[in-house]
Amino acid sequence: MPVPAGAGRPVWQHRSTRARLAGWFGWLMFVALFVLCWQVMTKDTIWSFVLDAPQQAADIGSRMVPPRWSYLDRLWWPLWDTLNIATLGTLLGTVIAVPVAFLAAGNTTPSRLALRPLALLVIASSRSINSLIWALLLVTIIGPGVLAGIVAIGFRSIGFVGKLLYEAIEEIDAGAVEAIEATGASRWQVIDYAIVPQILPAFAGIAVFRWDINVREATVLGLVGAGGIGLQLQASLNVLAWPQVTMIFLLILATVVLSELISAKVRHAII
Amino acid sequence: MSGAIARHWRRKPLLIASRPLRWALYGGALVYLAVAVSSVHVNWLRLYDGLPRGWRFVQGFLAPNFLARWEDILIGFQESLTMTVTATAVGILLAIPVGLGAARNISPLPVYLVCRFIIAAARALQEIIVAILFVAMFGFGPFAGFLTLSFTTIGFLAKLLAEDIEDIDEAQAEAIRATGAGWWQLVNYAIQPQVMPRLIGIGLYRIDINFRESAVIGIVGAGGIGATLNTAMERYEYDSAAAILMVIIAIVMLCEYGSGHIRRRLL
Repeated sequence: MPVPAGAGRPVWQHRSTRARLAGWFGWLMFVALFVLCWQVMTKDTIWSFVLDAPQQAADIGSRMVPPRWSYLDRLWWPLWDTLNIATLGTLLGTVIAVPVAFLAAGNTTPSRLALRPLALLVIASSRSINSLIWALLLVTIIGPGVLAGIVAIGFRSIGFVGKLLYEAIEEIDAGAVEAIEATGASRWQVIDYAIVPQILPAFAGIAVFRWDINVREATVLGLVGAGGIGLQLQASLNVLAWPQVTMIFLLILATVVLSELISAKVRHAII
Repeated sequence: MSGAIARHWRRKPLLIASRPLRWALYGGALVYLAVAVSSVHVNWLRLYDGLPRGWRFVQGFLAPNFLARWEDILIGFQESLTMTVTATAVGILLAIPVGLGAARNISPLPVYLVCRFIIAAARALQEIIVAILFVAMFGFGPFAGFLTLSFTTIGFLAKLLAEDIEDIDEAQAEAIRATGAGWWQLVNYAIQPQVMPRLIGIGLYRIDINFRESAVIGIVGAGGIGATLNTAMERYEYDSAAAILMVIIAIVMLCEYGSGHIRRRLL
């Protein structure tokens, strides 16, 4: 905006003085907040540990290579468990998420006042809590093992799949619903013939996407005892067997990259 | 068919058109399911033993105890929140140059490759594994958590920013170039106005993610509320654990609501 400056000539400036002052004040507040947070966060930090981090890094790095390739033989079975946790967990999550999504979507929910907020709360709680925390909780209830991992992954997936699915349901073309309703179809028939065909590709995409994320998350669930390759990781870390840790990291990396490739291919084929 | 009215209508398959492929997929899925389920060992006795504990957790949720460990909870959240703020700020600050470098349309090939490598490295391993390494190097506490979150923020933000820059409207960049602008001026006048709204949106989303992750990395010793939660669970203090979880859920929902509000106002 043009602002009159000296010599009677208007000079073009991007913002008015007031907007600039407000901007500066905002940045000042932001920097102050950052400094405050930094001080609070680091008040118990032992700086000598931080300063010798390069040596530590070099030390750990030298212990980590070469990876212990022979350890790979003992990792296949945990890897199979990990993949099962991811797949069965995704299955459990989606099976629960579908009805929740239909209850949460504004155009399909049977009751806007009671069931919709409840379904949204379920989605929000499931989304807020990381699968590792679900696992922490479930291990103390179900006991350590693959089952706790499956349920943890399943619980975390409800929110993710439910949220994306209910948004997909809300975006459907209402014309198809009206057309099916006009034939005298019942509520379930409307869902079956008007809604499901419209959301099925999105649903398949969401499920595969979540599966890919779940493979990633399942690899570390063992850290809290919920089965899979993370158990081996925890065991190796506990005895500081860094060559084994490297081996596990490499295997996790390969698995994650592979599952991402598969999921990208499948989603590309569907959508 | 012609002439007579078809009496039967067979519904078309919804997703996979080829019949053999469909049945093969169904069959394969069934076989996998059978094998996978049978390989899951469930200790039913342990499960039965755990049921009262599960019930106690539900009770804990109905009557959360915020007071018994309020000092630990307060310190935990203080660490988590400060970690989130500092890590997001530093992460965004470092992600911007990396993101600019990783956009093929404005950076030379060597810079592009280096920046893409940084992004790939930061995205390859999940937060918790990065946290394990940083805790081993920098010692226990929120500083390791701060480094973890900053590092993963760089990968996430720089990738999305680079993709966004590659998708910009070239006409504007062309117009600025035609005025004889240098590289910095190009970035400042042609690219920054186009990607800023989305950068703000992604940044706000990342605050949300960083807070959620800060609740997890404490499990491996990187400070924050995760450590408090882990302790509460290990002591079977489900009422305190439920209180912590409820505060986490409340903060996440507040973050989501707040960032949605800011995004609606800014964009």
